[in-house]
Amino acid sequence: MSSPSASQSTAVAEPAAPRLRRRRQGRAIAGVAGGLADHVGVPVLYVRVAFAVLSALGGAGAMAYGLLWIFAAQASTDDPAPEVSARERQQAFGLIALGAGLTIGAGTLSGTVNGWFAGSIGVTLVGAALVWREADQSQRRRVKGALLGGGGRSALVRVLSGGALVVTGIVMVLISSMGLDQVQFTLLAVVAALVGVAMLTVPWWLRMVRDLGDERRARIRTEERAEIAAHLHDSVLQTLALIQKQADAPREVLRLARGQERQLRSWLYGPAGYGGVGGAAGGSLAEALARASGEVEDTFAIKVQHVVVGDCELDAKLTAVVMAAREAMVNAAKHAGVAEVSVYAEVEPETVTVFVRDRGKGFDPEEVPEDRHGLADSIRGRMERNGGEIKLRTAPGDGTEVQLHMPRAKVAA
Amino acid sequence: MSEQAGEPEGTPAEKRPVRVYLVDDHSMFRAGVRAELDTLTDAIEVVGEAGTVGEAVAGIGHLRPDVVLLDVHMPDGGGAEVLRQSRKPHPEVVFLALSVSDAAEDVIAVIRAGARGYVTKTISSQELVTAVLRVSEGDAVFSPRLAGFVLDAFADRPGAAPINDPELDLLTPRERDVLRLLARGYAYKEIASELFISVKTVETHVSSVLRKTQLSNRYELSRWASDRRLV
Repeated sequence: MSSPSASQSTAVAEPAAPRLRRRRQGRAIAGVAGGLADHVGVPVLYVRVAFAVLSALGGAGAMAYGLLWIFAAQASTDDPAPEVSARERQQAFGLIALGAGLTIGAGTLSGTVNGWFAGSIGVTLVGAALVWREADQSQRRRVKGALLGGGGRSALVRVLSGGALVVTGIVMVLISSMGLDQVQFTLLAVVAALVGVAMLTVPWWLRMVRDLGDERRARIRTEERAEIAAHLHDSVLQTLALIQKQADAPREVLRLARGQERQLRSWLYGPAGYGGVGGAAGGSLAEALARASGEVEDTFAIKVQHVVVGDCELDAKLTAVVMAAREAMVNAAKHAGVAEVSVYAEVEPETVTVFVRDRGKGFDPEEVPEDRHGLADSIRGRMERNGGEIKLRTAPGDGTEVQLHMPRAKVAA
Repeated sequence: MSEQAGEPEGTPAEKRPVRVYLVDDHSMFRAGVRAELDTLTDAIEVVGEAGTVGEAVAGIGHLRPDVVLLDVHMPDGGGAEVLRQSRKPHPEVVFLALSVSDAAEDVIAVIRAGARGYVTKTISSQELVTAVLRVSEGDAVFSPRLAGFVLDAFADRPGAAPINDPELDLLTPRERDVLRLLARGYAYKEIASELFISVKTVETHVSSVLRKTQLSNRYELSRWASDRRLV
């Protein structure tokens, strides 16, 4: 269908990109067969034979080739271009001739189209192929609006002859339908002219669409970078400045650093942050616990290591659990005399369990003064009012662990 | 050993210090860790360090350290790439991942690439020493976070993918108990007394969980790992 071109190359598998790309080097027409061969990892000869043979089925091969040509982008210019043997090229052109012959022959023999009509379609397609091919060449040279894309005189000749072939083909179709009456003929002429223009300009339309896509991607990247920069400025840089000012107050520095670390982490990896899908429901147990741990960390300058397995929606009962857990953390922070508290929550189908544990002083539950309300009211009272229970494990010198169990609403009801 | 459950068990019986190799693209961080490890204990000797994947692979091959402290995020493929290139030729070298990231994808990916443990960089020096000594003896090191991730991944959820290989895709109740306590911040010794088993048995359970985490085809594990395109 088309003229030969200087070419080399064999299977150059594109490493990372799993998208089908037409070969730029070593192509016989448009690099479709080569690209397909690279994509599926078979010798290019097989692909070409397949196209040629398929052409016998009412031109399916040629049709497929044309569609792939339109919809697959070209490989980038800087791909390596190894040798291609003269024999392979000969085979390729032989197969092209075979494919073209089969397409037209099959069409004629089956009687779907007459010879004259098939011939004119063929001429049109060859012309279109010439023009498209030139467009492939000029792609990325980025000469705006230029049909020739900076290809020089020979390119001009190729494009013009391609255009001429398309026009000839269309005229041939028109001549073959001379027998029609005036109105029908005019209609046909208009349609044929439109089809011709569309065929000739397909490459430029496609290029415009792709350029638009590129531009959009670039814009998204820029916006993303701006967002990251803004965020880092508002948070990390500000905190670093604060830390420098507070350099002689280690406790304050620690608090600032921890708070910032947590913030950045939740922004980077959290569901509502930068890396997440965004807009995650604000009311999950894991998030509420993370918030509570964060508050305690900030207020008391200790580290709260929290781990949550499973997750579920927050309801009234679970809010009570989170509040009780927070109170237990506060107790640990205030009284245990440790730098770190562990929080572990597990969501099971029927219950939610939270453990708040420290390795601190511990205490004797019998000897807690009557007027201390933290454990009694804020934790035990809250849990029991909501149908949960609390277990306390502690002894002087042995750390403290508060276990909170709460049946889950739906199942418990 | 859990991240905060730093039990300086030490190893007085050890004759020869554990030879450690540092891999991290931040030279400041390397210097900090080196100083910490040097001053804190004689049981560990830092024999070398690298700032890139290539340097690391060459250095590990050349020095044959006992333990490699491995940063997860580095240019050119990160810790997982170092693991991929070094594990085959030097199966005796043990890797402990050390990272600022707490994301499940990072943690699971590097464990599945062959690390024997994962601790975050906020770990205290003493805990780091314990962790290094522990992996050098062939044990696994699970931070509470990692234990949580693994529990999550092996959880029985309605509608979860069918189990192909019960041997690998399910945790035994005992392993689950151990993991839960790890996630709650318990040290091995504390877990042992809590469950009335020996520390050795705890170690065995943790190692078995590590093996399952590395080899199981459970959906969550492979998804986390592939989300970072590391495995």
